[in-house]
Amino acid sequence: MRYTQITQEQTSRMLTAIGAASVDELFKGISHEHRARGAIKLPGGLSEPELMAELESLSGRNKACSDDEMVCFLGGGVYDHFSPTVVNDLAMQSAFLTAYTPYQAEASQGLLQLFYEFQTLVCQLTGMDVANASLYEHASAVAEAVQIACAATKRRRVLMSRAIHPDAYRVAQTQTYEQDLELVPLPIDGGVTDAGALGAALNEETAAVVVQSPNFFGQIESVAELADLAHGAGALLIQSADPISCAILKRPATLGADIAAGEAQPLGIPMAYGGPLCGFLACREAHLRRMPGRIVGMTRDADGKRAFCLTLQTREQHIRRERATSNICTNQGLLATRVTIHTAAMGRSGLRQVAQLCVNKSRYAAARIAELDGYRLKFAGPFFREFVVQSDRPVRNVLDHCQGRGIAAGVPLGGWFPELKDCFLIAVTEKRSRLQIDALADALKSV
Amino acid sequence: MATNTTASPTGTRLPRDEDHPLIFERGAAGASAAWLPPSDVPCVDPAFAFGEDAVDTAGPEIPEIGEMDLVRHYTRLAQRLFSVDANFYPLGSCTMKYNPRVNERAAAMPGFARLHPYQDEADVQGILELFHRLRLALQEISGLAEVTLQPAAGAQGEMTGLMIINAYHRSRGENRVKVLTPDSAHGTNPATCTICGRQACTVKSGADGRVDLKDLRDQVDEQTAALMITNPNTVGVFDEQIAEIAKIVHARGAQLYLDGANMNALLGIAKPASFGVDAMHFNTHKTFSTPHGGGGPGAGPVGVAEHLRPFLPVPQIVRRENGTYGWDEDRPKSIGKVRSFYGQSGVLVRAYTYIRALGGDGLRDVAEKAVLSANYLAARLRHRFEMPFPPPYAHEFIMVPRFAGSDVTETDIAKRLIDFGIHPPTMSWPIHHCLMVEPTETESLDTLDRFVAAMLTIADEIENDPERVRTAPHTQPVRRVDEVSAARKPNVRWRPQ
Ligand SMILES: Cc1ncc(COP(=O)(O)O)c(C=O)c1O
Repeated sequence: MRYTQITQEQTSRMLTAIGAASVDELFKGISHEHRARGAIKLPGGLSEPELMAELESLSGRNKACSDDEMVCFLGGGVYDHFSPTVVNDLAMQSAFLTAYTPYQAEASQGLLQLFYEFQTLVCQLTGMDVANASLYEHASAVAEAVQIACAATKRRRVLMSRAIHPDAYRVAQTQTYEQDLELVPLPIDGGVTDAGALGAALNEETAAVVVQSPNFFGQIESVAELADLAHGAGALLIQSADPISCAILKRPATLGADIAAGEAQPLGIPMAYGGPLCGFLACREAHLRRMPGRIVGMTRDADGKRAFCLTLQTREQHIRRERATSNICTNQGLLATRVTIHTAAMGRSGLRQVAQLCVNKSRYAAARIAELDGYRLKFAGPFFREFVVQSDRPVRNVLDHCQGRGIAAGVPLGGWFPELKDCFLIAVTEKRSRLQIDALADALKSV
Repeated sequence: MATNTTASPTGTRLPRDEDHPLIFERGAAGASAAWLPPSDVPCVDPAFAFGEDAVDTAGPEIPEIGEMDLVRHYTRLAQRLFSVDANFYPLGSCTMKYNPRVNERAAAMPGFARLHPYQDEADVQGILELFHRLRLALQEISGLAEVTLQPAAGAQGEMTGLMIINAYHRSRGENRVKVLTPDSAHGTNPATCTICGRQACTVKSGADGRVDLKDLRDQVDEQTAALMITNPNTVGVFDEQIAEIAKIVHARGAQLYLDGANMNALLGIAKPASFGVDAMHFNTHKTFSTPHGGGGPGAGPVGVAEHLRPFLPVPQIVRRENGTYGWDEDRPKSIGKVRSFYGQSGVLVRAYTYIRALGGDGLRDVAEKAVLSANYLAARLRHRFEMPFPPPYAHEFIMVPRFAGSDVTETDIAKRLIDFGIHPPTMSWPIHHCLMVEPTETESLDTLDRFVAAMLTIADEIENDPERVRTAPHTQPVRRVDEVSAARKPNVRWRPQ
C-alpha cells in the first residue's frame, strides 16, 4: 500500500521470526469487541493524479493573495511581506523539514547552531539578553510571558491592554481563567492604552502590564512611560513587539520592557491562512530559568571544540513534569529556521529598508484615503504599517465593493470593538506599489 | 564563552571553529542577499514620523551576507543533521515516519499558502471545505462526536481537552481539582494539569507496564476531574484493561482523557470512543505524517464525546444550511479561544492530504505494518537486549540494555548507533535506563534488518571493545557534547565582541 514497503511475502517471514500466526494475533491486547467496531469508514485512498486534482480544485476555490487575483491590504497580526526566493529553498531542505527536536546533539549540530542563531537574532531585534527557540505563535508567547511575570513577582494580577491583538487577549482569558489569575483589561484612549487608567489599576498585587507596540491598530504606544508606571508598582512590563518595526524604532529592552513576546511571521513566513506561525519570547537574563520551551546553548565537545546542545532542560516538562515552566514540547522549529534564514538574507540594511518602505507606503496610503470624502483616519498618533480608517458608508459595503475589484481592502473592527463598527484596519507593506495604493483609494472613492 | 581565535595569513583573525562559523562571524557590512525596489512614494523621515525619541538610528545588529555565502552557510548546517529523509529514525513515541512529498506540494499551493486569515469567508471556501472534511475524518477515526482543529500541538491539545473537562464539571456545579496520570505518562500530561490549575496525581503501573487497577481505584474520587491515559501506553503495550479503567473512572464522575500520541497503532483497528474515552488529542506530526521540522510545527486536534461538545473552543468549522462553509463563534458554553486565528492551517492541509492518499484501508495498513515492524525488531533483538515487558508489543517497545560486568549505558549505545547512520531511539523514558524503539510502518525490511545488525554489532562491541562504544560517536563533526557545563554556565546567544 501507499508509503508502506513491506511485501506480503516479507510479512510472512517477519511473522515467523516473531512466532505469530497472523498480524491479527499481534493485536490480541485489544478485545474482539473493540476490534469488531474498529473499521474506518472513509473512502478508499486516491491515486496521486486524483489526489493532486482534488487538492488543486480545493486550492483553486480560494482567492490567493497576489497582484492579479487579490491585492492584500490585510494585516492584524499576519502580513503580506516579501521574502527572497532563496529563503524558502534553504529552509525547506529535507534535513530541516524531517528532523525531530535535536535531542541528540552530536547528530544535530547544524540545527542546534541554527536555533542558537535564531535566539541571538531575537535578542538583537528586541534588545533583550536571552530568548528561547520559538513558541506556537503570538498569543501563546504572550500567555507564556504572563506566566514568567507571575512566577517572578509571585503575584496574580495581570493588566492587559485592549489594544493588543484580540486573539492574544482571548487566549490569555482562556488560560488565566483556569489558573485563577486575575486578568484586567486596560481601556483604549485615542487608539492607545489609557495611561491614566493604568495608573489607577496598578497595585501591589500586579504581576505584569502587557502592551503591544505597534498595537493592533498600528499605533505606537508610549512604552517607556507605561514601563515606568509598571515598575513603580513592582510589576513587570511585557511588550508584544513587531520584528520589522524593531529595525527602525527603539527596541523593547531600550524602552524598559522586561519581557518581549511577539510574532515573527513578518520575517519570511507565508501567511498560510494564519498558520503555522512563529511566536518568539525574549527577556532579561534574570528570568532565563523561568523561560518555557527549548533553549539551545553553546558548549564544548570532548575535544574542546565548539558545540551546541539543548540546555536548561530541567525547566521542561520531560524532566520537571508538573513543576515545569510550561507544558510546551513540540514548538515551531521549521518556522524558526525560516525566520533565521530570512533575517540573515535581509541583513540589517535590508530590514531597515523594509521598515522604511512600510512607513513611506502606509503614510502615503493614509494620506490618500484621508483626503477622500466620507473617510477619515480614526486615530491621530503615529502608526507603523497599518492604520484605522473610519467610514461614513457601511464597512461591509465598502469592503465588498473593493473585493469585487480584486482588493482585500482591510479588516473590519466592529466584531471585536463595537465602538469601532464603522472602522476598518488597513495594512501596507513594502510589497504594495503606488499603483495598487492608488487603486485602493479609487475603489474606496467609488463605493 | 569567547571564541578562540588564531591569526590568519592575511592578518585578519578567524574564529577557531572556522569550518562552521556562526552567521554572525561571517559576511561584511553592506553585503545582502535581498534586492528591494526603491520607494515609489515620498520618503518619510522616521524621526519626523515617530519623534526623535522613538527612533533607533543605528538599528539592530543583524549580520549582512551575500547570497552565495548565505546558501553555503545554511546548506552546510543542513548537512550536519540527521533526518528521516536521510536516516532510520526509530525515536520512540515520536512516530518518525516518512513525510510524503505530496503533502508539501499540497501545502505550498497558492490557494493555501497565500491566504490571509482575515480574507472574507466567501473567498476561502476551498480551505474551509478541506478543514470540514478533515474534521469529519478525524471524528470517524476516533469515533468521537466532534473534533476541533484549533490546537497547535499535542500539548496544546491536552490543555484544550482538560479545559473542556473542567468546564463540563463546572457546568454540573462541581470543581474537581485532581487529575490522575500514570507514572509512565509523557511529561506534557502532568505539566498540562498544572497549566490548567489542577493537581497532578500519579497512578502506579504494575510490573507488566499496565495501570495498577487497585491504585487507580484507591485514588479516583469525587475530586478527580480526569484520568489522562495513553493507549497503547508509553511502554509499548495495549492496556487491555482500558474498558475496565473507563468504568472505574466514570463511576466516580471523572472523565477519561486519551493522549493520542500513539494512534498510529490503533488506526482502523479500534476506535478510542469504543474504549469509553471522553476526550483525546491527535498529533498530526506523528500519526498523519506532517513533518516534525526540527521540533515543529505540529497540530493537536481534539475530539470529544457528545456531552463535551458544548465546551469546545471557538471558532469551529461548520457547514452551513446553504452548503457554504464558515467559522462558528456562537458557542456560549465554549472554553474560549486557545490559539490565534484558526490553528495550524498549513499543517492541517498536509494531514488531510495524507488521509486522502491512504483512505480507510490504507490507514489500517499503517497500524498493521507499524505493529508488525516493532514486534519483528523486538523478536530479533530479545536474545541480546533485555526487554522488561512481555510481547506482543504495539508499535514500539522498550529495552533495558544490561551487559554483565559492563558499565556501558543506554546513552553510550545511543551515541554508538549514530556511527551506523541511525538516529538513536528515545532514551531514559518512560523508565530508567531504557531505549524506546519505534520503527514506524514506512521502513523496509532491509532497513529493519540493518538496524538489527547494528544493534547486535554494538552488543558484541560492549563485550569486546567497550571503549569504542563509550566514546562514540566517532563519525560526527563533534565528539560527545558536554551538556552539563552548558546548563551550568548557560550561553544561549552570541554577543558582539
Ligand atoms: C506520549 C506523548 N504525549 C504527548 C506528547 C506531546 O505532543 P506535542 O509534542 O505535539 O506537544 C508527545 C510528544 O512527544 C508524546 O510522545
